[in-house]
Amino acid sequence: MNLTLKIWRQKDAKAKGKFVTYKINDISPDCSFLEMLDILNEQLVEKDEEPVAFDHDCREGICGTCSLYINGRPHGPDEAVTTCQLHMRKFKDGDTIVIEPWRAKPFPVIKDLIVDRYAFDKIIQAGGYISVNTGGVPDANAIPVPKEKADLSMDAASCIGCGACVAACKNASAMLFVSAKVSQLALLPQGKTEAKRRVQKMVAKMDELGFGNCTNTYACEAECPKEISVENIARMNREFLGAKIGGNKKEK
Amino acid sequence: MARTGFYQSSLTKKYVMALAGLFLITFLFVHLGINLLVLCKGSANYEARELFNIAAHFMGTNVLIKIFEVVLFGGFIIHIIYGFVLQIQNWMARPKRYKKENFSFTSPFSKFMIHTGIIIFIFLIIHLFDFYFKAKIYGDVKEVIYDGKHYHDLGLLVIDKFQHLGFVIFYVVILIFLGFHLHHAFQSVFQSLGLNHPRYMPVLKTISLIISIILPLGFMIIPLVIYFGNY
Repeated sequence: MNLTLKIWRQKDAKAKGKFVTYKINDISPDCSFLEMLDILNEQLVEKDEEPVAFDHDCREGICGTCSLYINGRPHGPDEAVTTCQLHMRKFKDGDTIVIEPWRAKPFPVIKDLIVDRYAFDKIIQAGGYISVNTGGVPDANAIPVPKEKADLSMDAASCIGCGACVAACKNASAMLFVSAKVSQLALLPQGKTEAKRRVQKMVAKMDELGFGNCTNTYACEAECPKEISVENIARMNREFLGAKIGGNKKEK
Repeated sequence: MARTGFYQSSLTKKYVMALAGLFLITFLFVHLGINLLVLCKGSANYEARELFNIAAHFMGTNVLIKIFEVVLFGGFIIHIIYGFVLQIQNWMARPKRYKKENFSFTSPFSKFMIHTGIIIFIFLIIHLFDFYFKAKIYGDVKEVIYDGKHYHDLGLLVIDKFQHLGFVIFYVVILIFLGFHLHHAFQSVFQSLGLNHPRYMPVLKTISLIISIILPLGFMIIPLVIYFGNY
């Protein structure tokens, strides 16, 4: 396959950045998208040019490190896969592929296609945990959990925090990510104790970081590589409303 | 976190937006119900436009309705202001836009709520000047007498307006945009308030579709019937 790549190049966080066009030839359709970029980078290094910086780690769709906004879609044109699981057979010979970094105020570009997603960690730090002191391993069946709840919680927990929801949303809203993290804990008895405080703190942090508001367009759900449902967003809305109305005194 | 001045979380704004919107939808139904009376032609029991004029008189003079009128204006203002605030925040959340914009397969109407909203807002102002202010402020409306009581002939005002084709087309086009807005609006309320359920959400989406068709269609009938019918 012969392709034309339009890639966002930005030297560092402060640089202005621009699109640079590269021609790449003889790419196998069985090649993964990141392998294609590896090939490009090898060619750039041979020519003594700066390789394209992009995030990647496990390359098997579970770590949430890879990103890339490919031809107007986060993680490219395939359904329910991360960029590392995307193959070149999804493109046609002679295609022009536009590759951009995630665009959102809370996700500033560090270099080329790499953005700083520390904002997600800050949201988790605000309340996405269960406060349990260390101790002996509890008995597995000591706390009964209904199967349906466990399944829903597991579905929410499959969020890998890649940020595709923010990238896809026309408002750069982080609602799908935050709601998945709120849901996975709020659905289980262990997470119930701190549920009210958690949802308020995580939403407050999300707002503070400058993510947009949800307009129920559901582009996040359509683009999520882990197919996280927008029902989680509704659950978070419900939890938050409940916490505001029925919660204790105002959280600091 | 520092909460200086007037702070409201993004979710609280969404609740307010949803509730105000739902309230405005109920208003549209009442508005449509009364408006359709203007199409009642005279019969042995009542004159042409009599039912509409009496209903309009009731809406304009009843104390409870007058109080509710203030609530209604409040609902509009809150929905509009919050809509703008949320939209500006959303634009600010992505200062650098994509070269190739997102084309996710989602409801197309949900992506243009601010645009259809602005169209409806501009229409609302024109609409108020056309009828509401004319009746309330200028008072240049003819009077009619039913059973010895004086009423404003607001029905005549409506019928006169819709004798002009341009006016009829303008209203019909705007009402199509109202339909686009409502299509996303109604079902969105339940998502925003967290009142969704896998079993009922498809039903709510169907209701949303029905509302987005019957409300604009109901309003459209009025100018069309007046223009093409013999009024």
